Amino acid sequence: MNVSLTLNGAPISAEIEERTLLVQMLRDDLGLTGTHVGCDTSQCGACVVHVNGESVKSCTMLAWQADGAEVTTIEGLANGGELHSMQAAFREHHALQCGFCTPGMIMSAVDLVSQNADPSEDEVRAWLEGNICRCTGYHNIVKAIRAGAAAMRG
Amino acid sequence: MYTFSIARPSSLAEAQSALGAGGDVSALAGGQTLIPTLKFRLANPDGLVDLGGIAELRGITVTADAVTIGAMTRHSEVAASAEVAAAIPALAYLAGCIGDPAVRNRGTIGGSVANNDPAADYPAACLGLGATIHTTTRAIAADDFFQGMFETALNEGEIITSVSFPRPSAAGYGRFSHPASRYAMVAVMVAQTAGGVRVAVTGAGPGVFRVPEMEAALAGNWSADALAGIAVPADGLNDDMHGSASYRAHLVSIMAEDAVRSAA
Amino acid sequence: MNEKGIGAAVRRVEDQRFITGAGNYVDDVNLPGQLFAAFVRSPHAHADLASVSTTAAAAAPGVRAVLTGADVAADGVGGMPVGWGITQPDGSPMIEPPWPIIATDRVRFVGELVAVVIADSRNAAMDAAELVEVDYASLPAVVATATAAADDAPQIWDEAPGNTCFVWEIGESAPVDEAVSQAAHVTRVELVNNRLIPNAMEPRSAIASFAPATGDLTLHCTAQAPHAVRLLIGAFVLQQPEHKFRVISPDVGGGFGSKIYPYAEYAVICWAARRMGATIKWTATRSEAFVSDAHGRDHVTTADLAMDADGRFLAFRVHTTANMGAYLSAFAPLIPTYLYATLFAGQYTTPQIFCQVRAVFTNTTPVDAYRGAGRPEATYLLERIIEKAAYEIGLDPVELRRRNFIAPDAFPYQTPVALLYDSGDYAKTMDKALEAADVAGYAARKASSQSAGKLRGIGYSLPIEATGAAPSAIAGQLGARAGLWESAELRFNATGSVTVFSGAHSHGQGHATTFAQIVSDKLGIPFENIEIVEGDTANGQMGMGTFGSRSLSVGGSAIVKAADKIIDKGKKIAAHLMEAAAEDIEFEDGNFTVAGSDKAVNIAEVAFAAYVPHNYPLEELEPGLSEQAFFDPMNFNFPYAAYVCEVEVDPRTGITDVVKFTCVDDVGNIINPLIVDGQVHGGVVQGIGQALLENGVYDNEGQLLSGSFMDYTMPRADNVPSFLTDVTETPCPFNPLGVKGCGEIGAIGSPPAVINAVINALSPFGVTDIEMPATPERVWSAMQSGQAEAAE
Repeated sequence: MNVSLTLNGAPISAEIEERTLLVQMLRDDLGLTGTHVGCDTSQCGACVVHVNGESVKSCTMLAWQADGAEVTTIEGLANGGELHSMQAAFREHHALQCGFCTPGMIMSAVDLVSQNADPSEDEVRAWLEGNICRCTGYHNIVKAIRAGAAAMRG
Repeated sequence: MYTFSIARPSSLAEAQSALGAGGDVSALAGGQTLIPTLKFRLANPDGLVDLGGIAELRGITVTADAVTIGAMTRHSEVAASAEVAAAIPALAYLAGCIGDPAVRNRGTIGGSVANNDPAADYPAACLGLGATIHTTTRAIAADDFFQGMFETALNEGEIITSVSFPRPSAAGYGRFSHPASRYAMVAVMVAQTAGGVRVAVTGAGPGVFRVPEMEAALAGNWSADALAGIAVPADGLNDDMHGSASYRAHLVSIMAEDAVRSAA
Repeated sequence: MNEKGIGAAVRRVEDQRFITGAGNYVDDVNLPGQLFAAFVRSPHAHADLASVSTTAAAAAPGVRAVLTGADVAADGVGGMPVGWGITQPDGSPMIEPPWPIIATDRVRFVGELVAVVIADSRNAAMDAAELVEVDYASLPAVVATATAAADDAPQIWDEAPGNTCFVWEIGESAPVDEAVSQAAHVTRVELVNNRLIPNAMEPRSAIASFAPATGDLTLHCTAQAPHAVRLLIGAFVLQQPEHKFRVISPDVGGGFGSKIYPYAEYAVICWAARRMGATIKWTATRSEAFVSDAHGRDHVTTADLAMDADGRFLAFRVHTTANMGAYLSAFAPLIPTYLYATLFAGQYTTPQIFCQVRAVFTNTTPVDAYRGAGRPEATYLLERIIEKAAYEIGLDPVELRRRNFIAPDAFPYQTPVALLYDSGDYAKTMDKALEAADVAGYAARKASSQSAGKLRGIGYSLPIEATGAAPSAIAGQLGARAGLWESAELRFNATGSVTVFSGAHSHGQGHATTFAQIVSDKLGIPFENIEIVEGDTANGQMGMGTFGSRSLSVGGSAIVKAADKIIDKGKKIAAHLMEAAAEDIEFEDGNFTVAGSDKAVNIAEVAFAAYVPHNYPLEELEPGLSEQAFFDPMNFNFPYAAYVCEVEVDPRTGITDVVKFTCVDDVGNIINPLIVDGQVHGGVVQGIGQALLENGVYDNEGQLLSGSFMDYTMPRADNVPSFLTDVTETPCPFNPLGVKGCGEIGAIGSPPAVINAVINALSPFGVTDIEMPATPERVWSAMQSGQAEAAE
């Protein structure tokens, strides 16, 4: 079947099997490998992307469910050569080590800040319930998200 | 995942005919349970009928008497609804406990209620608040709807359209999260409703259930203290590596107390 | 001062690609014409394979091949190799059963490979894998560590009676027994070190590609040690010579030990690719990872600590049963032996130590190194028993430790369990931690918790570990079947930039940054002009990889040695350019100068002269500026730390919150403090995970109950606090950087701190022991039985 959507600001379409997950279409059919798969139970959040501006787990959504939607992945977050404030904050605060969970973390964090411009440490930690990191112990991720939020507030 | 065909109806009538067209066809709501089930090849439907394009299944209506939530309304919408929070704060709180933010952006009340996972939150809201589940063919009281693990009163092809929660004079939700899955390991909804006090427990047993002894005690004295000494029997409760039946029984009492204390 | 040199908090250069989604992990790699593999895995923990029928699967759409253990055997493919041998007290070797890469006649753990389907797509491979018909004849399973060697336990291997792989001892038992029987006080613990499942966030993945025209085999795989994977799979499994076998590990999403090993899946797809002349890709699902990645820990231990009347440690006696799983993973025998019992001196002067380890086979996933690897097990035991002893004799646990510390002037210090400690000032580090943790204010915090209805507890842990594997000669005497040096090549380009090839492998550790800091510092060239290349056996000539907190102290030292060679050669070139004697050339901040003059030439100019040798001493010196070095350390290094943990327990539910965690680590000299902090944070959380959350649990039939994130409790952001971290810096004298490993100390040190704090919180209930993970139910139950006992 054919799916058409706006991906990182540009219209695209793809021919897929009905059983194709959104993350599989992104990675395998469209070559956007920044979105990762870290589990098969919708727990880890490495696959988080935005669909119509909201964070979703792209491993738990069929690709055709995004038909007609606006999808943003980690590859579409930076504005041209300029990093998104949240990306810059992750680098500044050493909020990543192996980098595998990072795209999902950043996409979740951006969604958090869109709803809560100045999240407390507890609010950040609660929001990250669906994003697992095995490297950082979360300390620097929490720090980066709060700094990223501050930068996004301007 | 096995292969399947899909139908994407834009009205309830089309959905009903797609579901009645024969073969093993499943309705797809938010997909937060069904899609993982398909990924593990634990289900092999011939087709999926996507309810996502049916506008009439969405939306929240709050009246003086009730909060009515369209079946395809997502958890995040209920959790964020100022109207729900004003009418039944415990319900908005409960919706915000489900899954994680990304899951709440996809998961729906209709899907959750129809699935009746024994560790899901919404069944406790329905049973605890005395909700009515509206379907394409009828209205079913929550007391009749939930029939044990993953079993409901729904017939083949019957679609939940909305759930109405009568406004209680007070309700509260106490939740002990499963440490790994973050489902409810034990959660209790308590409510003072027009029909009396209701106490509904999810996560602890094979399905959501009420606790008449607690309801009676709270009817006489709406306070956490009234629950002192009342314990549900451990027999028949879930017993696994995360919690024995007796621990879960203990948590039912504690979560009920928390629910009463937080009730508003 | 070089702003991006040694000691600077340089932001990581590798981050740009990760934060923009441009990382290059193995599953991101797609090669032309690639086929996909799906494995058929045993659903039984122990069963005979009566038959494996591939007919239906082979006929399924898109299927190119279905291969079984019979095909493996027919091709004469070797089994999984073991990289470390253990000698038993009677001189006999450990039992080393065969592990075919696909099971032939019997399966011994859930998840063992039974067949592989190669097909045109992932879906086609998975669809067909379901059509492989396997007839299993189920056998009784051995699961529990403690009873695996019991007389009535089913036998897994004919050659291993009592399911015993080996018995191993260190120290003399008789004098230790004597000391224990005579001591003024003896504290005993019986404890379990819970099985952990590593769960690096990136599941393992591999692509094998064989070019029939050249005979070249290329394997992309998620490896911490690509050269070791090449050696082990090439030499021992496939007989594919190293020069015709290239292993590439690009970005790897975490390892923690679990990606060291030459897994059977890699060997199978290499073998299949060579057999078929094809390119084959496989990526594990998380469910596959749970049953097939090597697990960690899983010990059952009894120990006695003997003290004199003043609390001075006299002797320590340990008996441990260690679970190996069904087969020996590559380094499994090393973990509960030399990486474990050699740590039992801790930071203390205990004069006599004896440890006996029985390693047992069970019908479970093989167990091997997981972050810390033996050292967390040792530290948990030692720091638990010391804290327990302190409470038993009514002494402050801090004071008890202080009385037994190795003195700062006693280094190098020979412990009774083989190790020669390098350097340390343990009291200084502990005192810094006590102050940073505001232990003086603890009573007030406890009172405040109490008024909120919570039980507060404080616990300590003073870990030490041996990192920087390894002095090869010593390791060889102890059973290592490989050398454990590291190599580096430092290649100046003609225009003055530098490419560094290291045999280490970064999968989160930030080598591209820290190694460049070292080179920038040593050679005085801009940080931005340095590129670190790792993870490709066709690039770096040799390497041993990254594990055991070795990258900096061994791999970084190799880089320093290569830089020294560059400087030596550079001096000769500079001497020629400046018409001076080489002995008079000095090098500093990137400039060669002639002593006592103002003549100078920059190292970039020297490099240019070396590649454009128009004015060059060609008769005495080769052109070019590229040097290779190997570093084999003279000794291990010994990072240590002092951790203070405070917990709050909700007595109604048993939920434990870690509310305050203070770390003062001594990892010697620090190259990049950001990265050290990050390693400590991550390690401490893995340790908190072990202490409170994580547990690999099997049922009696050998089914893994905690086989997904639905049941295996990964630490999440809301399970842990922010940390207070600080350091002391006691340089290591055994490497040119003065550094010690920092990758594992957090995971090693934190579990006892947490458990000691939980037990301290529960002490009003008479609780003196609790098992890891201290789940809410365990905590609540301990309080209930404590209350019950108090009421009796």
